Amino acid sequence: MTETTNRIIRPYGDTTGDGMVQLSFTLPMPHSKVAEGAAAQLANKMGMDPALVVHAKAMGPDFTFFVVYGRVNHLVDPSQVQVVERDYPLLTPKEVNATVKESLRRRLVVVGGCIGTDAHTVGIDAILNIKGFAGEKGLEYYREIKVVNLGAQVSVPTLVDRARAENADAVLVSQVVTQRDAHILNTREMSAAFRESYPADRRPLLVVGGPRFDETMAGELGVDRVFARGTTPGEVASYLVHRITQRKAS
Amino acid sequence: MAARTEPRTGKLELDPAVVRKARSLAERAGRPIVDLARAHTTVAVERATLRLAGLEGADADGTPWVNRLLDCVRADVGLEHGVALPAWDALLRGEAADLAELAQKASAGSVRFRIPEGADAAAAAEAARARVATGVRRIDERRVERERFVADVGDAPSKPWIYLIVATGDIYEDIPQAQAAARAGADVIAVIRSTGQSLLDYVPEGATREGFAGTYATQENFRLMRAALDETSRELGRYVRLTNYASGLCMPEIAALAGLERLDMMLNDSMYGILFRDINPIRTFVDQRLSRQIHARAGIIINTGEDNYLTTADGIEAAHTVTTSQLLNEYFAKEAGLADWQLGLGHAFEIDPNVADSFRLELAHAMLARDLFPDAPLKWMPPTRHMTGDVFQGFLLDGFFNLVGALTGQGILLVGMMTEAVVTPWLSDRDLALQNVRYVMNAAGNLHEDFHPAPDGFIAERARVVLGEAIDLLEEIVHDSDAAGDPPLLAAIADGTFGLMKRPADAGRGLDGVAAKSEAYYNPASDLLAFRDGAGVPAQEPEEER
Repeated sequence: MTETTNRIIRPYGDTTGDGMVQLSFTLPMPHSKVAEGAAAQLANKMGMDPALVVHAKAMGPDFTFFVVYGRVNHLVDPSQVQVVERDYPLLTPKEVNATVKESLRRRLVVVGGCIGTDAHTVGIDAILNIKGFAGEKGLEYYREIKVVNLGAQVSVPTLVDRARAENADAVLVSQVVTQRDAHILNTREMSAAFRESYPADRRPLLVVGGPRFDETMAGELGVDRVFARGTTPGEVASYLVHRITQRKAS
Repeated sequence: MAARTEPRTGKLELDPAVVRKARSLAERAGRPIVDLARAHTTVAVERATLRLAGLEGADADGTPWVNRLLDCVRADVGLEHGVALPAWDALLRGEAADLAELAQKASAGSVRFRIPEGADAAAAAEAARARVATGVRRIDERRVERERFVADVGDAPSKPWIYLIVATGDIYEDIPQAQAAARAGADVIAVIRSTGQSLLDYVPEGATREGFAGTYATQENFRLMRAALDETSRELGRYVRLTNYASGLCMPEIAALAGLERLDMMLNDSMYGILFRDINPIRTFVDQRLSRQIHARAGIIINTGEDNYLTTADGIEAAHTVTTSQLLNEYFAKEAGLADWQLGLGHAFEIDPNVADSFRLELAHAMLARDLFPDAPLKWMPPTRHMTGDVFQGFLLDGFFNLVGALTGQGILLVGMMTEAVVTPWLSDRDLALQNVRYVMNAAGNLHEDFHPAPDGFIAERARVVLGEAIDLLEEIVHDSDAAGDPPLLAAIADGTFGLMKRPADAGRGLDGVAAKSEAYYNPASDLLAFRDGAGVPAQEPEEER
């Protein structure tokens, strides 16, 4: 580990330190010698020198596709790399099911919906419906997760009542509409209602998601977790399992 | 050909008795569902009827007039008698000059509906039938228009038809993309719908510019895209087909709009909405029957969704569920009047490429579909599950997918993208993907002439196993039952036989829009659609003839 992170490195083609990379892209111009020159120019500006345009092909009358190989002079210092690590392990559906079975000895119950006037169920459906998102199946697909999807325009009291009736382990809320910060206000109202009607140690996990949320805002919103654009069902399932098994252990 | 009297066995030399057994089991599972569909109506069926009768447009809030009018009728007299009698009775009583005015007045609360009786009922029925018949005639005209267009400018030059997707969310962005895709070689353009449209209980109106990961299916969007592709078809000298989705809560309405606007293919699966969208099973089967009758009449090719099973289940273990679903889809389709050439039965290349002999297994499965449905233009779907972001490996996998397509004479080939699971396809991705298809078809398009699997070899044996498992599953379905005494297929859907999803007949979205038909029920659409210019739509082929 330390040996690789302490070393300054360059991309590797076939010789240490050769700095060779490959790149493909399209320029919006007809194929010509000028186009090939333009491709080389772009590669040069990206730090490839020399840049070898090995393939250029017209795609219709107005576009040209290029493949470029070349040497970059940039140095990579792995010791300077900063990453935000996910604080829960990513599990496969099988692992999620096995963990739930083992730790809860019953199905994990998830209640979800869109609150306020928001009628956009895109987000909640992507996470909950079996159809899923980004090639991953939604939580309905998980045998050990019971999903209650309340759909659009659910009032906060309804959400709380249903969560109680179902003995929900987690409540998922999605918010797409952000006019006048509706997503922030709705979420605060929701988290306050859950705090009021549950003792702190019995409250279901509160999770919100939507394209305009900032993942660092969980504390401010009074929820356990915020998921931003591009979150997949597998990530949500892994998170829920992680937190609920943790909670049981403590 | 001898095929009319002697059952075909195809390259796999399937035992014709086994094939007959599979079909008759599918019929046994399907027939009680058809009876159930005949005995019920839905809000979507009634709205589709109003659309065929020419009611268009929406109120200031964007709620379609067909929804407004049906809601008013339903509030006064219920859904179980159908919309035709109360609506045309009101027109005959002089409440309004036409349906549009009737919808507006009813919404304002100034019309009361009733169920007419005796001579009044007969008059209302006759008036309704005449109006709906004009819509059906319009669909016939559009079908003839397509046939003439194809005869004039020419058809897609070869099979499989190359199927490409556009999905910008904005119809005015979709149009140039679709035209570019057609110029690049697409024979079929599919406009992906906005996420979640299947769960809307109304069809949005007008040209739309914002959808989520797709563009709303609306009559105006259909019209705009078909007109643009007509222009491109003339330019290219080949008819470019247009595809959309007759699925979800508005299935028959969208089918009607597709027929009216001359769409050419529609995604229309018998169970997809139930399993993957949690739409009520009865709602789905009732809606589906009318939508398929419309497609049959309109000369539209349906695409079924068996590929979806393999996106949730394992491509090897669940191979027989694809075959089972294809057999059920075929039964329901033919019962609704669709002919073999209209059955784009789906299947997909989704086996884990790390499994030994994965290519031979894929070939066996695809060949089984081909031999079971020799006259259907099968729809062959590319790998998605095992596309990882390694675009180079993905490109190779797509090449092998194309090769199976060439070897098994697929009718419709959805072009696989090496950037599946990475980005929505770039211009260059599409171009490279089409190069891949062209290379394989050019290099090996006729290989099926030389290729015959050994009669007792791996491929033939695998196909027999899958067909056997499909028959076992169908046996299980026809012997299923539940406490409510539902048809066996409904009981099977309820207990999780398909895709692991349990979908009971008394739950799911859209259930409140279903009603058992009353004695007085009348709807001219079904009858009118079943006959084409007196000649009759090609009726269901007797099983013995196959």
